[in-house]
Amino acid sequence: METVETPQPTLAARGRALRGVLRPVSVVLVGAAVFLAVGSLQSEIFAQQTVAGLAQGAVYGSLALALVLIYRATEVINFAQGELAMATTYVAYQLIAWGLSYWEAFFATLAIAFVLGVAIQLLVIRPVQHKSVIAVVIVTVGLFILIDGLVTWKWGADIKFMPAPFGQTVYHLGGVAIARQDIGTLLVSILSVILLWLLFQFTKVGLGMRAAALRPAAAALVGVRVDRMLAVGWGLAAVLGAVAGLMTEPSQYVLQPTLMQPILLYAFAAAVLGGLESPAGAVVGGLVLGVFLNLVGQYVHAITSELRLPFAFAVLLVVLLIKPAGLFGRRTVRKV
Amino acid sequence: MSALLELRDVEARYGPVQALHGVSLSVDEGRIVAVLGANGAGKTTTLRAISNTVRRSGDVLFAGSPLGRRGPEGVARLGIAHVPEGRGTFAELTVWENLRLGAYTRRGSIKPELERVLSYFPWIDDRRHQQAGTLSGGEQQMLALARAFVHRPRLLLLDEPSLGLAPVLVTEIFRIIRELNEREGLTVLVVEQNAHLALQVAEEAYVLEVGRVALSGPSVELREHESVRRSYLGY
Repeated sequence: METVETPQPTLAARGRALRGVLRPVSVVLVGAAVFLAVGSLQSEIFAQQTVAGLAQGAVYGSLALALVLIYRATEVINFAQGELAMATTYVAYQLIAWGLSYWEAFFATLAIAFVLGVAIQLLVIRPVQHKSVIAVVIVTVGLFILIDGLVTWKWGADIKFMPAPFGQTVYHLGGVAIARQDIGTLLVSILSVILLWLLFQFTKVGLGMRAAALRPAAAALVGVRVDRMLAVGWGLAAVLGAVAGLMTEPSQYVLQPTLMQPILLYAFAAAVLGGLESPAGAVVGGLVLGVFLNLVGQYVHAITSELRLPFAFAVLLVVLLIKPAGLFGRRTVRKV
Repeated sequence: MSALLELRDVEARYGPVQALHGVSLSVDEGRIVAVLGANGAGKTTTLRAISNTVRRSGDVLFAGSPLGRRGPEGVARLGIAHVPEGRGTFAELTVWENLRLGAYTRRGSIKPELERVLSYFPWIDDRRHQQAGTLSGGEQQMLALARAFVHRPRLLLLDEPSLGLAPVLVTEIFRIIRELNEREGLTVLVVEQNAHLALQVAEEAYVLEVGRVALSGPSVELREHESVRRSYLGY
């Protein structure tokens, strides 16, 4: 039995097409950056909102990146990603309550999140992974409900308080007030994204994970343990989610089981905006969304905080009408 | 002398469709063996049965011991490099990353292998940062050979290296395969539709017809065989 050959020359063409797509997008992004820089020099409030938006956007971006990691390897959106992030934030809360300092709890939580992500992949995702995409989606929705229930059962639905990792200090740069917390959130989120990128780009495990996600069959033939790589991928996504959760909590000031539900929706919007298959797109999408929503919230009074989320999706809809594959995505044809 | 690879009465199926009906063949260490046959004869499936990427029954023995239920990763780790249909290129990754993936199962420094492979394919050095998908078909086939070489396999499984390539490139690819065999002692099991070339390069060949071995023997004899000449060599 020979299977039908898939034509190869399209790949070169696809590379050219991708570069063609990226040029207008990068022009727009550079334009936006210039606009933000000029605006920030002109107005203090504008600068404040931009920095706060970047911090918020970095959180969307890291959770969006977690979604993209799993989407690339498993081809599903992990609906439980936000709840998993929320649960790991509760783990940090518990560790602090037991007497650990914030940063001890932070790193311990990341390790726990990794183990949790791997365990979820091994125990509940792997058995259904090869059945159908729908089966995996349903399992992630089930996980959403399960984690939500477990957290409420263990810690209760009432509000909990955690210490602020970066304190309440506000710096004044010229006339611009910048919260230390925004800077900290931005740095921690971006740093974790960069570390992850280094891992993927420069380590053998990273190479194996990329190969396993891109071409599982060919990766197995060169000896990559594809199943193991997928589990590690879920672990890393859970770590990113934990970072997002831990960075979200101080901006909300309170911890409750619904902590990550709006964040997951923003992260989803950011991931789709970036093209869903592009890690860089997810991070850029998150930052764009964070800054944009903050500025619109400041200057367009019709968009109240209740309208923030619907507005974000209205914008997403418009972007997808213009560029159906997202900012960094490429059009793919999938046989059904 | 025991064979490096031996298939005993191997059957394979894709769902309800049976593709191999009891194939037996053996490959001695240091040899090039070709598997010939028309489309649908089961050539590709034979390789897949070895790397366990198709449902199979029957025994596959490597260096005397059965492969058993090892998955494709496990088979690769034993020292069998399978360059599949479509060459298994990681099109989105760079040329150099493709090479590094070839050496994925190896521990420690792979520098000597990389240097060695560059002596066969010097052009790779200049284009190591290029996306592998942007290489031409011939270059991708050479990259696949290079990738398999840095794996340092005991056995190389090659699926239709000539597919889609210009005749001059096909000759070049087979020259390199022969060189790797002679100079590096690489054992090769190659599946090929181009019977003319395959019979020149390989010492022995098996001819498959609808999932069974129809003929086998030294290439010199097969070349003279009436039905091989008419069906596969066309004269």
